[in-house]
Amino acid sequence: MANKTVKVSKTTRRLVVHENIAAYLFMLPFLVFFVMFVLYPMFMCVYTSFFDANMGVADDVFIGFDNYKELFNDPIFWKGLWNTLIIVLVSVPVTCVFSLWVASAITKMPVAATSAFRCIFYLPVVTGSVAVTVVWKWMFSKFNGIINAMGTSMGLLDKNIDWLGDERFALACIILILLTTSVGQPIVLYVSALDNVDKSLVEAAEVDGATPKQAFWKIKWPQMMPTTLYILVITTINSFQCFALIQLLTSGGPNNSTMTIMYYIYYNAFKLYRYGYGNAMGVILALIIALLSAVQFKVGQEK
Amino acid sequence: MAKFKNLDAAQKRSRVYYIASFVIVVIVAILFAFPLYWIITGAFKSGADINSGKEIVWWPNAWVGDNFSKLMDKRSAPLFEFVIGSLTIAGPTVPAAIRWLVNSVFMSVASMLLTCLTAAMAGYALAKKRFYGRAVLFSLIVCAMALPKQVILIPLLREMNALGIFDTCWAVIFPVVGWPFGVFLLKQFAEGIPTEMVEACRIDGANEWRTFTDVMFPMIKPGVGACAIFTFINSWNDYFMQLVMLPSNKKMTIALGIATLQGESSTDYGLLMAGAALASVPIIIVFLVFQKYFTKGITMGAVKG
Repeated sequence: MANKTVKVSKTTRRLVVHENIAAYLFMLPFLVFFVMFVLYPMFMCVYTSFFDANMGVADDVFIGFDNYKELFNDPIFWKGLWNTLIIVLVSVPVTCVFSLWVASAITKMPVAATSAFRCIFYLPVVTGSVAVTVVWKWMFSKFNGIINAMGTSMGLLDKNIDWLGDERFALACIILILLTTSVGQPIVLYVSALDNVDKSLVEAAEVDGATPKQAFWKIKWPQMMPTTLYILVITTINSFQCFALIQLLTSGGPNNSTMTIMYYIYYNAFKLYRYGYGNAMGVILALIIALLSAVQFKVGQEK
Repeated sequence: MAKFKNLDAAQKRSRVYYIASFVIVVIVAILFAFPLYWIITGAFKSGADINSGKEIVWWPNAWVGDNFSKLMDKRSAPLFEFVIGSLTIAGPTVPAAIRWLVNSVFMSVASMLLTCLTAAMAGYALAKKRFYGRAVLFSLIVCAMALPKQVILIPLLREMNALGIFDTCWAVIFPVVGWPFGVFLLKQFAEGIPTEMVEACRIDGANEWRTFTDVMFPMIKPGVGACAIFTFINSWNDYFMQLVMLPSNKKMTIALGIATLQGESSTDYGLLMAGAALASVPIIIVFLVFQKYFTKGITMGAVKG
């Protein structure tokens, strides 16, 4: 009897070992890329942020927290952080509300119309950031742009405005373009979330005399909470990542009015070749995003 | 009776609301489609139509191909180039814009194939196998997904330099393959397949690899399709990575190409629109053809485990 137990456990152990080896062999091709091109650079980002690493320097020099200290005294960094936060704080709520509204409006339509609209709202995402950016550059342009032409001919503007070259408008224009490219995915998600809402609950509520408004907020909205949470997180990350728009339209100008952290990292790496300093900024950015995601999850789960 | 009247009023109200929201959605949708319309018509407008100032030319007065011929005449490059050791094989000389397209297609297809293969295998293992470190790996994957790629830009750049693949296609392709979204997506799909199927296959004597290729893979095909479309479109439009990893003109992609055109002649909007049309129309066609997979992929990726 005792022998038998030992035998079984041996077989079990062999099976477990076999299962582990097989699993890791299946994981291996992905893990090679994941470790080399995601995890290792992440680690190096934190590591190098404590060094003075430049293009010209042969070896990185350890300088402790000096990069971070410099960062906190860098007015452009603060300006970039501020602008990044404005972009996030405006675009995330607007994207969520707008896409929820569009989704709930188009789900009531016939199936063909729903998928046609879903497709149209997704188009700016597929078109690609560069193509979208150059067409908006033309539309916003001072002398040939359609926005100035329409504004002046309808009497809304008394003279042509240099939208992207004016400190007052540049950031707002960037946010507007960003919005058009970021609602596509949330709309797709909300449409399918609204489809998946438990219909019997809604019907029961309607029989009990609930108004459509009540049915929406009391029955559908709570069921869509996980979707909303996911949308909040991805939209936040997307807004932080907005890069092509700024690089191609304004390069952070005029007078740093559209400088974001993302662009400032790029600028430090490619114009100033300050790798350590740029990495320190990357670490701060990652921390902010992690913190925001954590808060969103916490709030979402409590609800 | 009174109750019925109320119902009528409520129905009428909801009818009005329905029509009003329909009208607004149509208007907003037109605004959303407008930039694309402007790209395509702009690409065929004459210089006079483009620089018309106050007169808005909604529809080209004459459809001309000048912008495209300008785009094609600008530079030329071999259709493709392979370097094997000291041997360089180059294709016939074509307009540079065509070469940009070839580069973009190559990078997107290579990223797509590699991602689908690695992600399908890893997704299967994560969903159906129990192994040490599974939970840790999975949480690492989820965390990495929440991080903007740009944060790791500088270390990645130096790594590519050290590996000697900086300024080659692979510097753009490899980070895409390492990006864990595909794994996450296919894990979700694989979890939907009954474990009994896998077990039955093992009992019938198939080895691990056969179980994967003959049973698992066919069943997660819709997921693989979604993953393929996603990766293709994302890497086609991955301007940031291309900009950072491909500084020389040799491996220029279509996205980079237009950005360069923009830098050189920031006011020739006709030329820019021709470039933008060349970059976006192929990818939009791909999207429209595989739309169904795409929608499914987006929603599956969102269902959090």
